Amino acid sequence: MSDRPHVAVVVFPGSNDDRDAAGALEAMGAESELVWHDESELPSGTGAVVLPGGFSYGDYLRTGAMASLAPAMDAVRRFANRGGPVLGICNGFQILCESRLLPGVLRPNRQLEFVSRDVRIHVENADTVFTRLCTAGQRLVIPIKHGEGAWYAGEETFVQLAARNQIVLRYEEDVNGSLGNVAGVINERGNVMGLMPHPEHAVDPLLGSADGGLLLEALVDAAAQHSLART
Amino acid sequence: MVVRPKDGILDPQGDAVQRSLRKLGFDVSAARVGRVIDLELEAEDEGGAHEAIERMCADLLANPLIESFEIQIDGS
Repeated sequence: MSDRPHVAVVVFPGSNDDRDAAGALEAMGAESELVWHDESELPSGTGAVVLPGGFSYGDYLRTGAMASLAPAMDAVRRFANRGGPVLGICNGFQILCESRLLPGVLRPNRQLEFVSRDVRIHVENADTVFTRLCTAGQRLVIPIKHGEGAWYAGEETFVQLAARNQIVLRYEEDVNGSLGNVAGVINERGNVMGLMPHPEHAVDPLLGSADGGLLLEALVDAAAQHSLART
Repeated sequence: MVVRPKDGILDPQGDAVQRSLRKLGFDVSAARVGRVIDLELEAEDEGGAHEAIERMCADLLANPLIESFEIQIDGS
């Protein structure tokens, strides 16, 4: 096993950003490993988990609902309960919400249209393992591409999350009807985060932005820390 | 069972359906779009079936944050 931090990327039937995520993480210095959804354990030495974008199980029933019941998700739950860093991107965010590892739910975009473009997002909380390479208030340019990205939670939950700084990223403008323009949230413990924008598609200035690299590089650091803490 | 968006939850699909119906000349003041799930299962009695389906809703079939559900049982 190489001494590079190991990041597991869980692949569900219908995932389609798994390879982009794996490649971007490798570019950030990680050793990434694709893990099929019916595996009941994560590879030993896993330091962080990424749930990638896509349309797992064809978005049947509700986005992320079927994937939340996959055997690999039981392993991800155990990993998260031990404090392991988990990042859900787009469909991965939807899966984390349906798994109740993150608060809220992702609903169809208010305009009922699929949105695919670069958006500006604000870092609301730079004091998390995922955003610590950013500064509070920093503006990032990262693409979104989703039909069901309108995050919603009850009023009480929303107020509570904002008070606890769990709203980590917000869109600069209303792009999909998301409550409070929320683009990314984190759990109370601070080790599970989900976001609709795709940092793995923004890791090279040639592609328009390298801002996503800030989030992924922080994740790779977190993977190294987590592995170290467990040895 | 019928799953529908909870009262007060924005339903963009329902709004689009309502607008299209109005375009066709139908005087519709609101539309909400949900889904019907038909299940076949064995149970001791109606109460047992009801209880089982409630659990299925909590675990998978409906998201209580945004959806409500109604159960209808036809025993045979």
